Amino acid sequence: MALIPPPGAPIRRSPRTDDAIDWDLRDPEALEASRGILTTTVEKAIAWAQTSAIWPATFGLACCSIEMMHTLSPRLDMGRFGAEYFRGTPRQADLMIVAGRLTQKMAPVVRHIYDQMLEPKWVISMGACASTGGVFNNYAVLQGCDKVIPVDVYVPGCPPRPESLMEGIDILRKKIGANGQVPSSELIAARRAERAEWDAQHASDALKGGPAN
Amino acid sequence: MSTTDPLSAFPLAMEGREAVEGATREGRPLTPTERAIAAVEAYTPAEAAERTLRNEMLADSRPGSRQPLIINMGPNHPSTHGVLRVIVELDGEVVREVVPVVGYLHTGIEKQCENKTWWQAITCVTRMDYLAPFANIHSYVLAVEKLLDMQIPARAEWIRVLLSELNRLASHLVFLGTSGLEMGAMSIFFYCYRERDEVLDMFEMVSGERMNHRYFQVGGCAQDIPEGFLERLTKFLKEMPGRIDEYEALLTNNPIWIDRMKGIGIIPAEQLLGLGVTGPTLRAAGIGLDLRKSEPYSGYEHFQFDVPTEIAGDCYARYLVRVREMRESVKIMQQAIDGLPEGPFISDDRKVVLPPREELAYSMEALIHHFKLVTEGFKVPAGEAYATIESPRGEMGCYVVSDGGPKPYRVHMRDPSFVNLQALRPLAKGGYLADLIAVIASLDPVMGGVDR
Amino acid sequence: MVQEFEDHGELTVEVRADRILEAARALKNGPSQFTLLSGVTCADFPDEPGRFRLAYHLRSVQTGGRVRLRAWAGGLDPQIDSVTSVWPGADWQEREVFDQFGVRFHGHPDLCRILNPLDWDGHPLRRDYPIGGEEVQFTDAV
Repeated sequence: MALIPPPGAPIRRSPRTDDAIDWDLRDPEALEASRGILTTTVEKAIAWAQTSAIWPATFGLACCSIEMMHTLSPRLDMGRFGAEYFRGTPRQADLMIVAGRLTQKMAPVVRHIYDQMLEPKWVISMGACASTGGVFNNYAVLQGCDKVIPVDVYVPGCPPRPESLMEGIDILRKKIGANGQVPSSELIAARRAERAEWDAQHASDALKGGPAN
Repeated sequence: MSTTDPLSAFPLAMEGREAVEGATREGRPLTPTERAIAAVEAYTPAEAAERTLRNEMLADSRPGSRQPLIINMGPNHPSTHGVLRVIVELDGEVVREVVPVVGYLHTGIEKQCENKTWWQAITCVTRMDYLAPFANIHSYVLAVEKLLDMQIPARAEWIRVLLSELNRLASHLVFLGTSGLEMGAMSIFFYCYRERDEVLDMFEMVSGERMNHRYFQVGGCAQDIPEGFLERLTKFLKEMPGRIDEYEALLTNNPIWIDRMKGIGIIPAEQLLGLGVTGPTLRAAGIGLDLRKSEPYSGYEHFQFDVPTEIAGDCYARYLVRVREMRESVKIMQQAIDGLPEGPFISDDRKVVLPPREELAYSMEALIHHFKLVTEGFKVPAGEAYATIESPRGEMGCYVVSDGGPKPYRVHMRDPSFVNLQALRPLAKGGYLADLIAVIASLDPVMGGVDR
Repeated sequence: MVQEFEDHGELTVEVRADRILEAARALKNGPSQFTLLSGVTCADFPDEPGRFRLAYHLRSVQTGGRVRLRAWAGGLDPQIDSVTSVWPGADWQEREVFDQFGVRFHGHPDLCRILNPLDWDGHPLRRDYPIGGEEVQFTDAV
C-alpha cells in the first residue's frame, strides 16, 4: 500500500487541491456576479466569525511543529488572531497545519484526520517538507502533503520563521473573506482556467481515481 | 476518493491489514507488536461497534472482572511528543501492557546521506533530532574528523562547546515547557518559550537559521562567531539563572507537580543500563554517566562543571536533573565566553576545508582546492569510526563507514531517544494511564531522532 | 574470535556469526564488564561474501572503555543470533537492522518492521535498493 508512484508515472497532485473546499469559492459564478465583495451582511458576519477564531488541530510532525509552537510564544502571540486554541480532536478544529515531513507511514493517518474534520476546513502546508518533500527526496517521504489532502496555503521555509507562519495564516484569513473581501474575480477566473488546463492535461491519465490507488 | 463519503477514502485499519500482509509475505506469524496493532484497529466503524458489543457480552458482571480495553493513543495526539503511537491495554485505569509503535517520521536520512557528499550530509543529519541540531552535527563531524585524523583549532572547539551548551539549554527549555503543558501546567510553556525565542535569535546570529543549522563543519566551524554575539550571550546568561529560579518556583514545590511526578516510573538502574538508556534518565536513577566527563571531547576537559545526579529514578528526579543541567550549562557557557581563545575557527587543511575567500584572489592553489571541494567534495580514507557526544537526551553516536570516496558509504546515527524509548514499556507498566503521559514527558523523546 | 585490531583509537573485535552470543556474554561478564550496549548497526557490502557486516558498539561503565564487536551475517539469507538475552536494549536496534537490511535475528522476541510501514516491500538501506522519491526537474541533484 505504498504511495510511491511507479517509475515513469506522471506526477500528480491530489485532484482535490483544485477542488478545494473554500466555501466562498464554491460558486464562482454567483460571486462573480457580485463583483468580488461580500454583499450580504450574513456572509460578512460568517466570514468575520470564521476568520477571527480559526482553531488549528494539533498536527505537528517534526521540526516545523517547534516553530509552530513558537507562534504561540509570548513574542508572536497567535492568540491575537484567535488561533491559539489548538484542539486535540480534529472534530473541533477548522484548520490543519501540516507541520513537518509527511512520511509514507503517516500519510493514511493525515488523510484520516483530515476526513474527521468538519466543514468548513482549511489546510496550511507548513514548511518545505510538507509542501514538496523539502530536503528529502527518497523512498520514505511523501513529496508534498498535497498528495493526500488539498492544501490552501503553502508556507515555505525550513523551518519557516514563526512570522512566516503568521503570514500564512493571514493569507488564509484573507482567502476566507476577512474584512468583507473575497479574493478578486480575476483570481477566481485564473483558478478556473488552471483547473480546466489541469483537467485537459490529465484527461487520459492512467492513474485515475485518486493518488491512493 | 469522493468528497461526499469520507468513509470510502481510506479504510480505518490501514496498518492492521498491512501487518498481516507483511507477516504473510515474510512467512511468519504475527509478532506481539503487530498483534497489538491489529487488535486495536477495526476495518470499518461497523466492525468496531460489533467488536465492542462482543466484548461487552463476554464481560462478566461480577465486580473486579474486566475485559482488558485496548486503546490506541494514535500518532496524532497532543501529549505524545510528536508522532509516537502507543497501544495501551488497560484494566480500568491501570496500564497492563504498552506497545509503542514508531516509524511515523521515518525520513530515510541515513539512506539520503549515502547520496550526498560528506559536506552535504551535514544538512541531512542536522534535521534528525530537531531539538538538538548541534548535537547531531557534532557527533557526525567528530566521526568524520576521526577518520580524517584532523586536528581542530582550539577556538573552534570552544565555539562548539558554547553552542552545544546553548543547544542543551534550548532543548531542556522545550522539555520543561512541553512537559508542563502535558501535565496541565500551561504557564510554564510560555515562560520557557520566551527564553527559547531569545536563544533561537542567537542561533540565528551565528548560523543564519533558528533551527536546523549547518554550522559545524568538518574541521571546525563554518564561520567565526559574529560581532555582538558574545555581548548578547553574556547579557542573556546574566538573566538566565533568575529565569530558571522562576521555573523552579512554579514547579519544584508545586504539590500538583509533585503528586504527578514523584514516585512515577521507577525501574532499577541496572535494568535501565541493560536497556541502553543514557542521559538524564540514567543520571536520575543514580548512575552518573555523562560523556562530557567520562570521555571528554571537543575540549570539555577544560571546563569545570558538575554532573547532576539523583537517586530516586522517578519522573520528578528526571525533571530535577534537567533543571540542574540547565544551570550547569549556563556555568559552562560563562566559562567558555571568558576563556574563548583567539585563532582560526576552522582547520587549515586545504584538502578538506574551503580556503578563505581572499586567498582565491591571489593563490592558484587555493582556487584549485576550492574548485575540487565544491564540485567533488573531499575524500575520506576508508575505514569506520564511531564518535559519541552527550546530547541533551543522552549518548548520541555517529557510526561512519567510508570506502575512500567523496560520499559516505554508511552513516548510522545512534540516537538516544530511539534507545531510551525502549524503556517506556517497563516504566509505564502497572501505572495509571495519566502516569503514562508523565513517563513519556520525562523520557523526553524526540520522534525525529527515534525514526530518523 | 577471528581478529582484533585497533584503528583511530578504537578497538574492534571481529567474530564469526555463530559465536556472537558467546562473544557477547564473554564481553558482558568478563573483566571489563561491557554492560552498556550503545548500538547495533549494519553496513551492506554487496561484494563481500558475508555481505552484511553487523557492528555492536559496547561500553563499559566501570572502566569507560569502548569496543566494537563485528560479525558478518550471511549473504542471501542473513541470519544471526539475537543478543537481546544479553542486553535487552538490543531489541529495537535489531528490529531496525531487520527492517532496513533484512537480517533475521534468532531468538528476538518481537522481530517485525519498526521504521517502515509494516507491509513494506524490500529493505531500504541495502545498496541495491533505489533511493526512491521523485525525479526533480531542471537539476540532477538528489
